[in-house]
Order: sequence, then structure tokens, then C-alpha cells
Amino acid sequence: MSASTYGWLILAFPLAGSILIALSWKVLPARTAGWLGVGAIGLAFLSAVGAAAELLSMPAEERLVPDSLYDYAGATGIPFDLGILVDPLSIFMALVVSGVSTMIHVYSVGYMTSDEGYHRYFAYLNFFVFSMLLLVLAGNFVLLVVGWAFVGYASYALVSFWYRRTTATKAGMKAFVINVIGDIGLVFAAILIIQQLGASEYLTVFEEAPGVFESDEWTIVAICLLLTLGAIAKSAQLPLHTWLPDAMEGPTPVSSLIHAATMVTAGVYLIARAHPLFELAPTAANIAAGIGAVTLFVAATIAIAVKDLKRIIAYSTMSQVGYMIMGVSIGAYSAGLFHLMTHAFFKALLFMAAGSVISAMANMQNVDKMGGFRRALPFTFVLMTIGALALAAFPGTSGFWSKDEILGFAIERGGWYWACAIAGYVAAFITAFYSFRIIFRVFYGPKCEEAKELEGGHLHHGPPLNPHTFEEEDTDVGFPGKVHHIAERSWPMAVGMAVLGFGALFAGYIQVPGVTHVITSWLEPTFENSALFHIEVPVKNAYIGYAVGGALSIVGILLAYYLYIVAPGTTDRIRARFRHLYELFVNKWYFDELQDAVIYRPVVAFGRFANNVFERYVVQGLVAFVREGTGGLGDTVKAAQSGFIRSYALFVIAGFVALGLYFLITAS
Amino acid sequence: MDTSWYLVLSALLFSTGAIGVLIRRSPLVILLCLELMLNSANLAFLAFARSLGDQDGQIMALIVMVVAACEVVVGLGLIVAMYRRRLPLDVDEARGLRG
Repeated sequence: MSASTYGWLILAFPLAGSILIALSWKVLPARTAGWLGVGAIGLAFLSAVGAAAELLSMPAEERLVPDSLYDYAGATGIPFDLGILVDPLSIFMALVVSGVSTMIHVYSVGYMTSDEGYHRYFAYLNFFVFSMLLLVLAGNFVLLVVGWAFVGYASYALVSFWYRRTTATKAGMKAFVINVIGDIGLVFAAILIIQQLGASEYLTVFEEAPGVFESDEWTIVAICLLLTLGAIAKSAQLPLHTWLPDAMEGPTPVSSLIHAATMVTAGVYLIARAHPLFELAPTAANIAAGIGAVTLFVAATIAIAVKDLKRIIAYSTMSQVGYMIMGVSIGAYSAGLFHLMTHAFFKALLFMAAGSVISAMANMQNVDKMGGFRRALPFTFVLMTIGALALAAFPGTSGFWSKDEILGFAIERGGWYWACAIAGYVAAFITAFYSFRIIFRVFYGPKCEEAKELEGGHLHHGPPLNPHTFEEEDTDVGFPGKVHHIAERSWPMAVGMAVLGFGALFAGYIQVPGVTHVITSWLEPTFENSALFHIEVPVKNAYIGYAVGGALSIVGILLAYYLYIVAPGTTDRIRARFRHLYELFVNKWYFDELQDAVIYRPVVAFGRFANNVFERYVVQGLVAFVREGTGGLGDTVKAAQSGFIRSYALFVIAGFVALGLYFLITAS
Repeated sequence: MDTSWYLVLSALLFSTGAIGVLIRRSPLVILLCLELMLNSANLAFLAFARSLGDQDGQIMALIVMVVAACEVVVGLGLIVAMYRRRLPLDVDEARGLRG
């Protein structure tokens, strides 16, 4: 089969899986539906492997294979095919997305077993993966927008999966609305591109753009800024990040999917995909890099302070995606995408492990209540430590190789990118600290009730409660299921975690400076014409960077060890000493409040004004005027309608006589 | 003979018809008066056709006759329907559609 056939198959399997599961929910037994979902995504992954093999067998310069099913709107003159582009970048993304998603599906088969909405869950999950694959495989900007919007919808459906939980539906709406802001940016960017270049297909656009735009011309800067707007909304970068921590309301495997594979990486992909445009608009690229640098730092500081286990990991995602956005914006494409891949492994793993812990806690998520799970959850402990090591960029793990490659590239480019690199190193230190804050708080320290119970062989099952508001719930459809599942007792969960744990540990070795360069050489055909792609960090400098990064990571972990194990209680004194700073962090730098004050409240106030003044006096006044006016006019005219036929005849005759007289008089 | 005599006759017939429509209350008589008006117009058409020497007026007169026939069918149908329902045969009484 040709590469493009494989490309279509990648899309076909998840879509078919989603439709099949959705239609057969009454017939299929629950577990079958789950495995059907796993099979659909697994086949998509195999198709992606097939496409990759097919691309490898071609000569390097022919590895960009556009294919189109049909012209979508030929009559309108808008150049838009239902077409895909199979090239190293899209297949790389498809491999990561479908590969990690397969493992998340396997994990979900175990984790969601007792949920009443099992079929709906897997139908949504497959649709989510389909949307993301459509996004990465789209061959033009219009289809990209379609995939982009599908992803937004799918995230809404899954974040609000427990739809009887008010907090979950609100979080879903927030995610959807903020994502739509990004969609608007992307739509306008696509319109501008079509208007300026008369084409929407990637290859044509990228080929013609250098001839049409001068470097840093305002139109291309505007296009790239609009693309950046789309990217930061989807990738949860400042200031459009507030939906991401709230999106933790969804089931834990969904968080895993959103964070690792199907959603937040879309922005990184978009910037990498549109790199010929961003290279024409260095201003926009620098702004995107700045946003990434600020986000990676701010999110890391918040992650030290928040107490919800899933939210700590959520903020770490924001921070890591900040590295990627910064990386692809400054031109470290292969490093940024490499980090995207390793991050997908360890972040999916961390969420899965967190899901296991949360199950053991009977759905409670506050780390203050956790402790001493080391003996009770040995498997989860090992895998979560692996994930945390990779997140902390501990020397040798996958996160170590990828993160420091981005920072090394930033230093190599010099100039103000030094600031980015320094922010990156500071945040790397903080990251190491908070990753092990999770480990030490959850698995070490005094044992909590639940841990003791589990060591006695019994899994704790409290009354069903909302973990944030503590409202009472039941276990029917629309709420989490009755029985909790931990990785130690559910083999699908364990399998999913083990595979990703392997990836989190060893995936970094495919790209070690001076030794291997799998990612760089694989992506080369896509980035062939990019000047920045060919900047190489000298091997010696790279290893100096690795030494600094590794040292910071180890110091961060040791600091966490000291604060939480050697001298517990020190954190309270530090918190008291730096109360204002702590308040700032724990309130997430007041971004929610800022949005509330800057956008939400003015809009509500305007709405109230519109309702009380404009609607009441202007609109209703106009309506009343029209109604009274027509009514009065009708009353007046009605008098002529006497019902006497002969009087009507008189009017007609008199009218004609009058007309006749008029013509006679004017004629003479 | 001069065309104007025909026209004078036509005008007289038309006025008679119009006055009949205005002052009589029986629908049947009103219908007759309408016929009178139409035929006065026919007379004028024919007179002009003859004086100008072409056929347009004659064709027009034929069309008017067709229209008149149709109108009589509808009008008489209405009158028969009124009669059958025992409604008063008086146009001043039939004013259910007044405003």
C-alpha cells in the first residue's frame, strides 16, 4: 500500500471504532466495547507504523505525500480539498498520538470497569483520538481547523463526562469556551492565508509564502500571531491556560489523554507545521517563544503550591508544553518534538499512576490526606517514581535528553534566547523539586487510613463524594462507578503503565547528541528548507548543558528529600516566612481572578446594561412604536371597508372619472 | 356615419350601466348593468376598429365577450348559491367582510 493509503487508514480506524461503539451500546457487553476501542486505536497505530515504513522506503526528498479524496467546495473558488499530507512530521505525530492513546485505552479498560457510562466513554475516547489524528494529518489549513474544532468538542465531552457533577460540566464549558477563542484565531489565520496566497494546502502555501511576503511584513506577522493564539489556547499557555487545571474534572485516563497525546500538543504541532511562516515572521516567533518561556516558569511555581494531586501534574504539563512551544518557536524543531514524544510517555504514565492512587483514596485527590502508600501500592510507586524521574529530567531518563536539548539550542542561538534558557533551567530545578514532592508526600511519610486499610488487603470505599465540594453523589450513570480500581489488581491498567514506563525510561536514547539522531534525521525532509533546523549545537556545549540540567535535577530532588523526609515541617516554616509568595502561587498567580476582572465582569456588566437600558428602552421602544403605528394605521383605513359593494363601486367609478378628468385637463 | 355618434351611444350605455350598478340593490340587476357597461366598451372598440380600418378593436371585443361570459358564470353561480341558502338577494345585506 502507498503511504497515503496508510494515512487514510490511520483516520478510518478510530472513526469507525467511535461510530461502532456508539451505535452498539445496547448490544455489546461493556468490556467488549472497551477492547473494540483499544483495537481501533491499535490498528491506527499499526497503520502509522506502516506509513512510516513506506516513507522510509522512499528517497528522502519525496517523503512529502499529499493526497486528496475530493475537492470540497470547487464552485466557491476556495481552494480546499478533503486532503491529507503524509510526511515525516505528521506521521511522527500520528505515531506518538496513536501509540500513547492505545496504552491509555488499555488502561481505561481496567480503570473504568465499574462506570455506568462505559460505552459512551470509549466512543468519546475514540472520537478524541480520531480528531487529533485528523488535526495532525490534515493537508491544508481548512481541514486543520476542522480537526482543531473536533478536538475542542471531544475534550468538552470528556471533561464533562460525569455530567451530573456540576463542577465537571462547568469545567467542560470553560475548556470549550477558551478553546473557541483559539479556534477564532486559527480561522482568521486560515482566511488571511487563503486571501493572501489563494491557497490553503500546506505545500503550496509554504512554497509560495517566501515569494509573497517580505520578512516580518505585517500581514505574515498577523497570520503567525493568529496561529499563535490558536496554539496557546489549545496548548494551555498563558494567558489562556486556566481551562487545563479545571479539566482535571474528567476521568483520570482522560486527563492522561488530554495531557499526553491528543490535545495540548496540538499547539506545538501547529507551530512546527507552520514553521516556514514563522521563520518569515521572527517577531511572531519570538512572541510565541516568550509566551512559552513565561508559561514554563509560572506553571512550575504554581505546581509547588497546589495540593490537588492531579492539578500538580496538570501544571507540570503546562510547564513542559511551555518548553515545547519555546523550542519550536526558536527553531529547535526536532528537540521540541522529541520533548513532545518523551513528555507524552512520562506524563501519560504519571496520570495513570495518579489514577491508581486516587482510586486507592476512594477518589479523594488532596495530597495532604495522602501518605505512606509505598507498601500498599508497590507497582504504582515504582512506575510513578519512573514518571517523576523523567519529569524531573533525572540523568539518563527520557525527559533529561529532550528537555536539555531545547535549552542547549536556545543558548546556541544566543541573544535574548539566553533569557529563555535561564528561565528553562530555573524551572527545571523547580520541576525536579515538585515532581518528588508528589512522590514523597504520597508514598512516604506517616501512613494514612486508606494506606493502612489497603495493606490489610482491603481497598477503601468511602461514600461517593465530589472530591472538591464534598457534595453527596450516587454511582449511577453520570457519576463515577461504584468500585475503584488500582493498578495492582487490574492487569490492563498495569500493562498500560508498564509500557509507558519503559518508554519514559529509555525513549531518550534514540536521540543522544554525538551518538544517535533518529528524530532529527527522520524529520529532516519536512524541515529541509528551514535555516534554523540546520543549526547544530556543538556536542561539547550540549554535554555542558546536560551536566547543568542533570545537576539541577539532582539538587531539586535532594531538596525535596530534605524538606519532606529528613526535616518534615520545614515547609510550614518556609510557607509562613514567604506567606505572600505562597499566596501568589497557591492562587495560581491570580489568573482566574484576572480573567474574571478583565473579561468576565465587564462582559456581564455590559450585558446587564444592554438588558436594562438598551433592551428595555431602545429595542422594546422600537417594537412598541412599530406595533402601535401599524395598529393605528389599520384602524384608520378600516373605516373605508364598509362592506357596501355599491360604495366600493362608487369609489372605483369616481376614481376613474377623476383620472379621466385629470388627463383631459392636462392634455388640453 | 361619423364615429362620434357611436361613441356618444357607447358613453350613454356605459353611464346607464354605471348608474344601475350604483343605485340598484338586486345582485341580478347589478350583473345586468355590468354587462351593459362591458358591451358599451365593446361598441366603442368596434367603432374605433371600423374608423381606423384594422382588426385590433374587433379582437379586443371578442376577448371582452369571453371575459364577460366568465364573469357572468361566476356572478350567476354566486346568486344561485345565495338563493339556495335563503340569503336575502340584496347586496347591502351581504357585508360580512366589512372592516
